[in-house]
Amino acid sequence: MILETKALTAAYGQFRALFGVDVALAAGETVAIIGANGAGKSTLLRSITGVIRNEAGMVLHRGEAIGALPAEVVMQRGIAMVPEGRKLFPSLSVEENLLIGGQVRRAAGPWNLASVYELFPILRERRLVPGTALSGGQQQMVAIGRALMSNPEVLLCDEISLGLAPVVIRDIYAAMPRIKASGAAIIVVEQDIGRALSVADRVYCMMEGRVTLAAPAATVSREAIHAAYFGEAA
Amino acid sequence: MIWVDTIVQGILLGGLYALFAAGLSLVFGIMRLVNLAHGDLIIFAAFAILLITSTFGLNPFVAALIAAPVMFVLGWALQRFVLNRVLGKDILPPLLVTFGLSVALQNGMLEAFSADSQRIPAGPLESASVDLGIVTVGWMPLLTFATAIAVIIGLNQIFYRTALGRAFRATSDDPVTASLMGIAPKGIFAIATGLAMVVVTIAALYLGMRANFDPSIGPARLIYAFEAVIIGGLGSLWGTLAGGIIIGVAQTLGAAINPEWQILAGHIAFLVVLLVRPRGLFPRAVD
Ligand SMILES: Nc1ncnc2c1ncn2[C@@H]1O[C@H](COP(=O)(O)OP(=O)(O)O)[C@@H](O)[C@H]1O
Ligand SMILES: [Mg+2]
Repeated sequence: MILETKALTAAYGQFRALFGVDVALAAGETVAIIGANGAGKSTLLRSITGVIRNEAGMVLHRGEAIGALPAEVVMQRGIAMVPEGRKLFPSLSVEENLLIGGQVRRAAGPWNLASVYELFPILRERRLVPGTALSGGQQQMVAIGRALMSNPEVLLCDEISLGLAPVVIRDIYAAMPRIKASGAAIIVVEQDIGRALSVADRVYCMMEGRVTLAAPAATVSREAIHAAYFGEAA
Repeated sequence: MIWVDTIVQGILLGGLYALFAAGLSLVFGIMRLVNLAHGDLIIFAAFAILLITSTFGLNPFVAALIAAPVMFVLGWALQRFVLNRVLGKDILPPLLVTFGLSVALQNGMLEAFSADSQRIPAGPLESASVDLGIVTVGWMPLLTFATAIAVIIGLNQIFYRTALGRAFRATSDDPVTASLMGIAPKGIFAIATGLAMVVVTIAALYLGMRANFDPSIGPARLIYAFEAVIIGGLGSLWGTLAGGIIIGVAQTLGAAINPEWQILAGHIAFLVVLLVRPRGLFPRAVD
């Protein structure tokens, strides 16, 4: 396993958001994590990336305990994040937003400015404007490109379809096969179950800070997902 | 004619205030930290330059070149080991810590260098002047102004043309997301404070060559720097220069009318600009 969480718990002050979450990601694999708003999906990704620091052994990267490492160190190990809400840097142009993603860590691999512009051609046209001047969909493309620029081993995507029109979501998901083909292991967090299942090898469903379902994406039944997502008997 | 002369002197004086303020502006722009010891650090650097010139018989410019990397390291360490620990949502702790540092620096310098007034000897440069046709200006004020512009251009080059500058801007925008890019925000803050101390050293060089200084005058310099930064618009370096010039011109004009009005006129100009443009002349777009 390239990435694992072991009985991961997390809290915001007194409020507990995760209660013993176990998820795993194999090299080259794409895993979807679905769940309703507030289920703890973003908290899970924040714990993996080190934005929320945990006990060391709760997060393993290539078998090594990384749960207590700060975010910048986790990133330098090759775990890149497309954060919820895109979080582009307003003071940076589109191109600078991309460059900064590969500024500290640039592993060998297919991703660089040219290949990101090939993946999302509109960004080349708009490369000199401030990142935050773009439409939501284009901003999402920058956020994905920015994370790819380091040629990560693990790519974490937090709700990349949130707030976007269906055609725009389709364009962004059209890039997923090429990102998968480049070799990164991927976790996509989604509320859009159909989208998530379309790209994933396996799926986890979360509810109220717990994993309620873990299944192969190809064979999982709608009823099982429905039960795990809403907590009702199937 | 006398008015043209007065205004030119005021503009050049603004260069000195911009030098005082540039380091303050830099640090505030990146980490929203107001360093109340900034003025005392300028005086500290002036003593360091004086010590190097007198000990080794060096030219003050060469002495500043030696002092600058030392000040960078001190600034880096100050941020890394002290200020980073108190930076947070609450703005009071860093204010208190830098206030404490200000008091400690003043007392330390009083012990080490006594209360005597000092000056960095600049040789013939002190009194040399140049005839610009309409006005005659001293080389020293001219050099100060040119240095202020060079410092601002240099800092802007770093900000907008280098990877380090990109990291400065990203961290200033959003430290958490910057850390997701592999950037350690606290490391960036330490480099920024180190850089600010290099600017402080340059400011100290001109302060010390142009006027007498003693351990107690830091806070008074800090006020001009603050005013320049605030009326320029927080975080904008060219705005800081404009702010310095406004205060400088107001002071020389005030002094031309009545010498007792010099300082007051500067403060009044500050208040007037603040009334008309509460966010300063060149406010940052994002805040
Ligand atoms: N910064 C925060 N402070 C306090 N509570 C939070 C914070 N972020 C999230 N939460 C709470 O933690 C729970 C899980 O949130 P989150 O991980 O964002 O869910 P999801 O991404 O699945 O929508 C929610 O109940 C949410 O209200
Ligand atoms: Mg979320």
